[in-house]
Amino acid sequence: MRKLDIHKFKIKDVKLLLDVNSGALHIIDDIIWDILDCSSNPLEENIFLYLKDRYEKSAIIEGQEELIKLKNKGLLFTPPHKFPTIHEVEFLPVKAICLHISHDCNLRCRYCFAKTGGFGRKRSHMSLEVAKSAIDFIADNSGSRRNLEIDFFGGEPLLNFDAVKSAIERAKEIEHEKDKNFRFTLTTNAVLLTDEIIDYLNEHNISLILSLDGPPEINDLMRVKPDGSGTYYEVLPKIKKAIFSREEKNYYIRGTYTKKSLNFSDTVIHLADEGFKNISLEPVVSSDKDYSIKKSDIPFLEREYEKLVEIYMERLKGGKTFNFFHFNMEIFRGPCLSRRLKGCGAGTEYMAVTPKGELYPCHQLVNYEDFLLGDIYNGIKRHDIRKTFHKTTIFEKENCPDCWARFFCSGGCYGNAYSMNKDIRIPDETGCALQKKRIECALAIQAMIKRDNIKWRGAFL
Amino acid sequence: KKHIDTITISAYGKMLGCGECKTSC
Repeated sequence: MRKLDIHKFKIKDVKLLLDVNSGALHIIDDIIWDILDCSSNPLEENIFLYLKDRYEKSAIIEGQEELIKLKNKGLLFTPPHKFPTIHEVEFLPVKAICLHISHDCNLRCRYCFAKTGGFGRKRSHMSLEVAKSAIDFIADNSGSRRNLEIDFFGGEPLLNFDAVKSAIERAKEIEHEKDKNFRFTLTTNAVLLTDEIIDYLNEHNISLILSLDGPPEINDLMRVKPDGSGTYYEVLPKIKKAIFSREEKNYYIRGTYTKKSLNFSDTVIHLADEGFKNISLEPVVSSDKDYSIKKSDIPFLEREYEKLVEIYMERLKGGKTFNFFHFNMEIFRGPCLSRRLKGCGAGTEYMAVTPKGELYPCHQLVNYEDFLLGDIYNGIKRHDIRKTFHKTTIFEKENCPDCWARFFCSGGCYGNAYSMNKDIRIPDETGCALQKKRIECALAIQAMIKRDNIKWRGAFL
Repeated sequence: KKHIDTITISAYGKMLGCGECKTSC
């Protein structure tokens, strides 16, 4: 008998059953849970023999009949899809670039994957000319794609704000010349935010990603200045000014939790109570430091995500809702197949541009010179690298083809995989376990929202 | 008598390609 491609899990008081191939999601009761537990064929006639001490025979048969009805409707035990093979194509459009506006930083955060801003190289800024030429590069290489994205990143991009302005100026010209639509995002540690910069960011509708790890005793452990002093009390008022000046829209507070701050649900509460409504906390990606998260921490962290579900639902019902990035999920109108198979599009439709104009598959892989694709002036030279990314779908990754979460996580982050395993096809094991837990939580939240008829304002950004 | 409550017939939405959506990360 073919292995049943289903996944059942409990969050709070809710038991859920996901039919992996169809995506059908069901809330189930104890009888169904136990029927599915006691045999590889839950529809076989003698199941009641295993469960007769716990349930009436009629209830067990009734449960099995419901399972059969769902199977016949194509909502349970469905066979795998036959997906088209990913073929090599002549032209792959680029639709998003991450501009490394500065390979320098005014902070020395201990966990920084950019090696405190310089990516292990000589500290440098992107020139105005490179910033403009990068915009020309994406416009010339985007084919028929109309919606294009520019991320301003670093290091710290506010150290070189003229280059940000230069890129935006060029993008606005191209919007008129070539009927393109640019969207902008800027990631900052907030130290250099001024009224003038905040006004500019708001006027140009730039989404903001603001780095803050939580209360001072957590934030200032890792996010420090060159002299080792903390940053919380300096950046908090600037962050608040920035988000309240834009009517609390179009931003995320982006924090990192580490081995030293595993109880991150308390951190989320702290941030929510500070008035932040869009919050993201990510586990640090690192393997050999005193702050690295270990495999043995996973059970504790899974309980933290469940605690966060409880807090999230309480506040949702009480009207004091906040938005947690990893609980965002659209189960009625989600992304289409091509995105689910490949995720972020690193190396194909998404690339990073260094201050010199070099092209890399993503902002995290700038750390590794083996991934140098080419540059914005001469185009892509390493088509072999690009083809590898193009063909690395969830079906090419280790453990992903049979994983229940494959159509939700899209195989995880290439950068994290390479950072931890030196292979973009081998997902980071700890990150993978936590991502699966977050998906379970997000599905449970959506199920509870529908079951209890709660108004949900939808995912943001 | 109801043991199963179907929340959605597909949590993948209309999964089954124009590329105009926002990049994920």
